[in-house]
Amino acid sequence: MKYLENRKYIIQGIFLLVGFVFASRLFYIQVVDSSYKQAAETNAIKPVIQYPFRGLIYDRNGKLLVQNTPVYDLMVVPKDIKNLDTLRLAELVKLPVEDVRERLKKARAYSYVQPSPFYQKLSTQEFAYIQNNLIDFPGFYINARTARGYPHQSLAHALGYIAEISPKQLEDSTYRGYRPGDYIGKSGIELEYEKYLMGQRGVKYKMVNVRGVEKGSFRDGAFDTLAVAGENLVSTIDLDLQAYGEFLMNGAKGSVVAIEPATGEVLAYVSAPFYDPNLFTGKDYGKNYMALLSDSNKTMFNRPIMASSNPPGSIFKLAQALVALQDGVITPNTGFPCNQSLVKCSHAHLAPTNLSIAIQTSCNPYFYQVFRADINRGKSKNTFTDTALGLAEWREKITSFGFGTKLGIDLPNEKQGIIASPEMYNKVYGENRWKFSTIYSVSIGQGELGVTPLQMANFMATIANRGYYVTPHIVRSIGEDGKPLPEYQKRHYTSIDSKHFEPVIDGMAAVVESGTGRNANLSKLGIAVCGKTGTAENPQGKDHAVFVAFAPKDNPKIAIAVYVENAGFGAQSAAPIAGLMIEKYLTDSVSRKPMEKWVLSRKYLEID
Amino acid sequence: MGVEQKVLGNRLVNTPQRSRRTSGFIAPHLDWVTVLLYFLLVALGWMNIYAAVYSPENVINIFSMDINSGKQLAWIGASFLLILVLLVVDYKIYEHLAYPIYGFIILLLLVTLVVAKPIAGSRSWLDLGAGIRLQPAELAKFATALAASRFLGSINLRQQNFKDQMILAAITFVPPLIIVLQNETGSALVFGAFILAYFREGMSPLILIIGGSAAAIFILTLLVPKLYLIVGITVLMALATWLDYRLLRRFKVMIGLWLVVVGMVFSVDFFVNDVLQPHQQNRIKALINPEADPLGYGWNVTQSKIAIGSGGLWGKGFLNGTQTKFDFVPEQSTDFIFCTIGEEHGWIGSTVLIGLFMALLIRLVSIAERQKSVFARTYGYCVASIIFFHFLVNVGMTIGLAPVVGIPLPFFSYGGSSLWSFTILLFILLAIDANRAKDLAR
Ligand SMILES: [Zn+2]
Repeated sequence: MKYLENRKYIIQGIFLLVGFVFASRLFYIQVVDSSYKQAAETNAIKPVIQYPFRGLIYDRNGKLLVQNTPVYDLMVVPKDIKNLDTLRLAELVKLPVEDVRERLKKARAYSYVQPSPFYQKLSTQEFAYIQNNLIDFPGFYINARTARGYPHQSLAHALGYIAEISPKQLEDSTYRGYRPGDYIGKSGIELEYEKYLMGQRGVKYKMVNVRGVEKGSFRDGAFDTLAVAGENLVSTIDLDLQAYGEFLMNGAKGSVVAIEPATGEVLAYVSAPFYDPNLFTGKDYGKNYMALLSDSNKTMFNRPIMASSNPPGSIFKLAQALVALQDGVITPNTGFPCNQSLVKCSHAHLAPTNLSIAIQTSCNPYFYQVFRADINRGKSKNTFTDTALGLAEWREKITSFGFGTKLGIDLPNEKQGIIASPEMYNKVYGENRWKFSTIYSVSIGQGELGVTPLQMANFMATIANRGYYVTPHIVRSIGEDGKPLPEYQKRHYTSIDSKHFEPVIDGMAAVVESGTGRNANLSKLGIAVCGKTGTAENPQGKDHAVFVAFAPKDNPKIAIAVYVENAGFGAQSAAPIAGLMIEKYLTDSVSRKPMEKWVLSRKYLEID
Repeated sequence: MGVEQKVLGNRLVNTPQRSRRTSGFIAPHLDWVTVLLYFLLVALGWMNIYAAVYSPENVINIFSMDINSGKQLAWIGASFLLILVLLVVDYKIYEHLAYPIYGFIILLLLVTLVVAKPIAGSRSWLDLGAGIRLQPAELAKFATALAASRFLGSINLRQQNFKDQMILAAITFVPPLIIVLQNETGSALVFGAFILAYFREGMSPLILIIGGSAAAIFILTLLVPKLYLIVGITVLMALATWLDYRLLRRFKVMIGLWLVVVGMVFSVDFFVNDVLQPHQQNRIKALINPEADPLGYGWNVTQSKIAIGSGGLWGKGFLNGTQTKFDFVPEQSTDFIFCTIGEEHGWIGSTVLIGLFMALLIRLVSIAERQKSVFARTYGYCVASIIFFHFLVNVGMTIGLAPVVGIPLPFFSYGGSSLWSFTILLFILLAIDANRAKDLAR
């Protein structure tokens, strides 16, 4: 074992070698290389962050949706403050003295040596005035950066906004690399695509002396890095169509969502009431934000993806028909009597001797009987069990349309909605304590159903595509000639065979041709519109109006859902709005001015 | 400390005749050179912690409990009590209880992993209530050292078999595995240091050479362009073959070796970019190019080098540093404490500190070598290796020779957990050594 004892020399040798290497390296850094000393003599190397340009956002036709505009912030480094005249400073920035003291306290609490924003978003005049007087205020300097600007007043809900990163986010490790005062996407596209839009910060190392005066760059900028601008995004939105949708919805409450069926691209995304996105860019951002937040019309509520508790009404009959056709419980030629003893029918109409007529007339008893045939198929002798089995199977097919689940649009806070399920009824009534008579209102789109306007529009796109949808999305390209994210490039097929869609589509064409959807009729322009009206029961007040449609019937280019709160029948408000939107998108103009005038009059809100 | 007190109680009951032994008896046999080095390091550390937090515009008394130096003094005081306990306790229990202590620490590590609330992403702190927190990962070092030494002492070193080697590997690498799961990769790396101790006990030098070369290739790959590195390696190997014709006979082995090395060079890229988590990537990239992550680790390294570099030959004098004040250098009193020495005491001061550590390490090796039992000797080497590894990585990162890994400088950095764990580690060895000397003197 003697030879092992000699290994102590090797180990001690390793120790001494490391000691020697360290001492030599230190000798080089401390005695030989003088650049570190110079850096320290000028007191410090100050990293000056180079903020990248945040990516711009364009609409589908290349129009600017979001741009960058220059703003100036007054920054402070508490360590460098010398003989501060607080009163004069207050006068300079035109703030109360207490406010100035408060801001200084906040800056010191953040860091003694790191710069933090003292007063943000100076106007150009303020900037010039303050800049000229800053020489008397060591420790303060002006930092130029860019803020968001909008050359229009549209699409605020989807675009979202950016604002200073919150203290809570700063503590979160997901936001590593952000610093106080940094701007970050807070909602909408700005939040969802933050990592693409933000770009990469650069840094310049400046040598500064004790007074904070710059003495040139450290080692001739050998270590500086350039800022890399964020990616520009191309939205799927058609700004003209969007603005027209907002024009039509101005003064009403509700949503308009239009989708290009083949691609899932969202063409218009109206959440009414809406607000001007420019409200969130200026110095009054906080005030404006609070005002909108406490507004009784819930302006900030992002209706197209968050209004999820409203039943879809009669438009749901289309889904019922498709599931029943797939299950083989009806054929396109199946007729049922309009038996008012089962459920009331709103008006007298043609006898529903086939599916198309039933859709055209929106016959409630017909769809009651369709749903019953679909749910109770005698798979169990026990009628309770049979209903539960039938409903579970039905639900699986219904959810394949994207109902009852988050579709996965590239906007934050999407809600999933509600689709009746056996579990839901078991909870309320107990297992084997409910049957078809408990759940029948689902047949006509009322009851335990909640569908977002986005899901309605997506439903239309699915029918237009005869059986599949591409997840709706609002950004079609990351970078100017890029692609959407991969999840927006694939088709989702429903569990309904493609052949079952034609009879339903024929019924929808008849609705617009000669049924309740006549206000969306564009046959004079040679466009075949397929649609369906609906009325969603509202226990709190007047019912909500719904109209969904797609056009043209063959090779559809647009699918749309219009939801107008407290507007009663879909035929009077939602259908004309949808018709005008389709006309605007397909022909680039609006010929039916009386219809437009009627919509803008808001008279439909007064009809009972 | 609960474990030791309970054990102390048991011992008093079982072997009352030994209770006459007091610290007074072993004091003359203590290795006073080591004790002196310990006190020097702790005292210098304390003064530098004060210098690190000192602000000329707002002078606070060094004893104030509001600043780190005051708190550190409390930790130091507590350490002295700890030392007394360690010296009074029968030294034999360390060997006898090596496995139970090890088991208990493993359990504590697992419990921490489950119950700990993440602090800055790491689940390694156990909240004991009343504002006291414990980091079991610190204690795992001495527990593992004890268990590994005990195991090596219990087997026949001349006839090592595969099973023994596997058990030893398990003893060594289970704690760091749990610690990695706690997201404390820095503390886990320390366990690699045990290889030095095992090398002394007969581990094949090949492992040391392969490990060392792998680390060297890893760092070189990050610092030198791949092509140069591969050309360099090829030339070196050709040169070796030219110098020694016998290598030609092992041509296939040489080619294989060359392929392995080249493969490694390329896999480092993959490892750094695809396997490591972003924060770990940043630390490694900061080593290559400190400016790549200007506000994070790279900034630390640049500022740390400026602080040290500005110290010159003689330094700026105690409390006269400018770079290590405020938050130019982060973690100044903990992980980056070496910057304060470098700036205020210059190359002379830094070298004296390095000299102190060298003296301590050399002394520890000679203490280890004079032990009669394999257990005591291995433990001695473990102590030296752990202290060495901390010194290597901590000082290395402040001067840009090692990645930024948040591990403290032994006895020097601010922090109770770290000071206590090194005190325990060291004084168990001194207690064992003093008793050996006393038995000899009898
Ligand atoms: Zn009817």
